Parts: sequence; structure tokens; C-alpha cells
Amino acid sequence: MRLPDLIRHAWTVASKDLLVEFRSRTAILSAVVFVVLVMVVFNFGRDPTAVSTIDLAPSILWVTFTFAAILALNRAFQIELENQALDGLLLAPISRSSIYLGKLLANLIFVATVELIGVPLLALFFNVRVLPYLLPLAAIIALATVGFVAVGTLFSAMTVRTRFAELLLPVLLLPFMIPPLSWATLATGRLLAGRPLSEIAGWLNMLGVYDVVFVTLALLLFPATVNE
Amino acid sequence: MRMLRAGRWITAIALLLLAAVYVRALAFTPVEQTQGLAQKIFYLHVPAAIWAEMAIILTGLAGIFYLFLKDPRLDRFAAASAEAGTVFAAIVLTTGPIWGKPIWGTWWTWDARLTFTLFLFLLYVGYLLLRGAVADPALRARYSAVLGICGMCLVPFIHFSVYMFPTLHPMPIVMKPSAPSLPGSMLVTWLLSLGVFTLLYVGFIVQRYALGYLDEQLEAAGGEFGHA
Repeated sequence: MRLPDLIRHAWTVASKDLLVEFRSRTAILSAVVFVVLVMVVFNFGRDPTAVSTIDLAPSILWVTFTFAAILALNRAFQIELENQALDGLLLAPISRSSIYLGKLLANLIFVATVELIGVPLLALFFNVRVLPYLLPLAAIIALATVGFVAVGTLFSAMTVRTRFAELLLPVLLLPFMIPPLSWATLATGRLLAGRPLSEIAGWLNMLGVYDVVFVTLALLLFPATVNE
Repeated sequence: MRMLRAGRWITAIALLLLAAVYVRALAFTPVEQTQGLAQKIFYLHVPAAIWAEMAIILTGLAGIFYLFLKDPRLDRFAAASAEAGTVFAAIVLTTGPIWGKPIWGTWWTWDARLTFTLFLFLLYVGYLLLRGAVADPALRARYSAVLGICGMCLVPFIHFSVYMFPTLHPMPIVMKPSAPSLPGSMLVTWLLSLGVFTLLYVGFIVQRYALGYLDEQLEAAGGEFGHA
């Protein structure tokens, strides 16, 4: 299959998912409300006289994103179960890789939307200065998100057809999410504390390598999860 | 069944040899100067850690070959290796704190190495849970192959990030680029222990492989299966 076709088909799959989401808007609204609630809960989990917000902000940001992403990923293949929609998708004359890429793209756009709302909320609730660091922060978030959403999309294609799908996905995914999350949290902490960019370059490199390895791996392995 | 019996014999011999290694370690190997007797656990801890990591790599390799060859024997081996790996990871996680309490003064710290061994253990648990959650044998084999391969690819990341975090954990003294930096008699004891652990791994694998085969026979005969 030629590359332009792969991308075009992937975009068709992604736009189908996004259209379904846009028409109902239930998942995205729930995810956003969920993010707000997690941040509110975090506020009660700290002693404001002992822990300053700047120390806690990176953890709040990434724990919130982790939970929100898992919610989003659970739904990625759930919507394909109704009326055997997945069989229809597999019968379509497109490669398995483009189905995966499309799902990945739709998930990324979904999670990115949630994150786009999460970052200003963090700045608002916890009085964190994010504006001066917006560009490098966006880079960290993008690199980390691509990595764990890539693995999560692959795993959700498997867990959706098992018992206890909603529980099994986080159990399988969290050990894979922790390395990128820990790098992202450390990098975010340094960044928000106003340290020079050179200090976080190492973490960004690791995130980049993780993305390349796991996106490639997921593309190769995805056919094995759906072929009959 | 002959294979099961052979596996039991290998395991029994390995356990006897392990006792012999410990007689040598306690009575005929010098006591380490600063750590005292606590250091003796090193002969158990490090070989178990090596095999805990080796087991996930072998599970992943078996997964790759399974996806190409579709041979159920490879899947049986992968499952056996993952179970043995779980046991070895559990040994590492129990012996570590026993050593840590007298040396560090704490059972557990969120040190990079400890944390990532914990993730390796959770990865194994997730793998076994996934196997338990899929009823169809062919689907189960494909799903676990995918997860095993992903797990294998995660190990280098875990390994590298250990060097990026500040750590309390002793640096490797045997498996490192330069020559081992411990006295000859300790090295001999350690190598014997590594050999015994290799035998133990083989014994576990042979037994579990035979049990897996019996499980499949039972499943094919339409009986209820006891093992997940």
C-alpha cells in the first residue's frame, strides 16, 4: 500500500470516529467534567501550608491526564462493538495499519482536546505560571501523549473483547504508561520551576525514542489483534 | 506424564543445589566488610533479578515467533516463561526489602530500580490476567504474544531510565562493561548461584509447559479448565 493511501484511509477512519463523537459530545463532555473533578479532588489532597502548588502541579497535571486518557482509550473500540461495526471496518478495502492509525489519530485528537482544557484549568486552580513556558510544555505533553496513546490504542483493541474490559485496560496499560509519565512529570517540574531547557532535553529525547519505538511496534502488532 | 515428572525432578535438584550454594555462601565465602551478613542475600537477589528480566525477553521472543508460525507450543512456552518470571520478580521484590531494612534503614524507597522492578512484576501480573480473561485459545495466544512483545520492548526503557535517575541502589558489580569488582570466592559463589537459578528456571518452565499441555487437552475434550 502506498503511503498517501495509508494516510488518507487513516484520516477517513479517524474522521468517522470524530464525527460520531461530535454528534453526541457525551464522551468529551464527561472527560472534561472528569478532569475538572480530579483537579478539585487534588485540591483537598494537599496541605496548602506545607506543600506549595508549584511542587505539586506536575503530578496533578499528569495524574489527571493519565486517568482522562484511560477513559478515552476504553471507548475507542467500545463504539465498534455495537452492531458488529468492527467487522464492517475490517471488511473495508483498507489496510489494518490504516485502521490503527485512524484510531490512534482520533484518540490523540480526543485526548489533546481534554489536555487543552486541562492546562488552563491547572493554571487557574493552582496559580501556576504556564504562559512563559507554553511552547516547551506543549512539546512535553505532545511527546508523552503520543507514546502512551499509541500503546493504549493497541491494548484497547485487545481488552475490548475480554471480560472486565474497563478494568483490564488500565491494569495492562499503566506499567507501560509509567516510564513516559515519569519522564514527563520530571520534565514538567523542571520547566515550571524555571530551569533552563537544556536540563529537560534528556527527558524529551527519551520520550521521543519511546514514541518512535512504540508507534512502530503498535503498527506492526495491530493486525495480530484483529485478524481472525 | 513424563515431562511433568522430569520438570519436578529438575526443580527438586535445583532447590537442593540452591541449599548447597547457600552452605557455601554462609560458611565458605568471606563476609563483606561494610554490609556484613546482609550481603549474603546478594547471591539470591541478583540471579533472580537477571532471570526475571530474561524471562520477559524469552516471553517476547516466543511471542514474535508465535505470530509468524502460529505454533501452540510457542504460546505454551511464553505462558510458562511469564509465570516463572512472575515468581522470580516476586523473589527480587521480597529479598530486596530484607536487605534494605538493615542497610538503608527502610523496607522500601521509591528508588528507580525498585520502582521499575515493581513495574516488571505488575507487567507479568497483567500478562497473566490477560490470559485469564480471554476464553478462546487462539485469540488468547495472539493477545498474549502482542503483550509479551510490548513487554520485551519496555525492558530496555526501564533499564536505561535507571541510569537517568539518582539512585540509592548499588551499581552493578558483576554485569558491567569492566571486569567484575568483587573477590574471586564471592564471584564463584555468585556464578554457582546463577547456574542454579538457570536450572530452577528450566525446571519451572518444563513443569508449567507440561501442565499447559494437559490444560489444553482438557479444554479440547470439553472439560472445565482449572488454570487461568
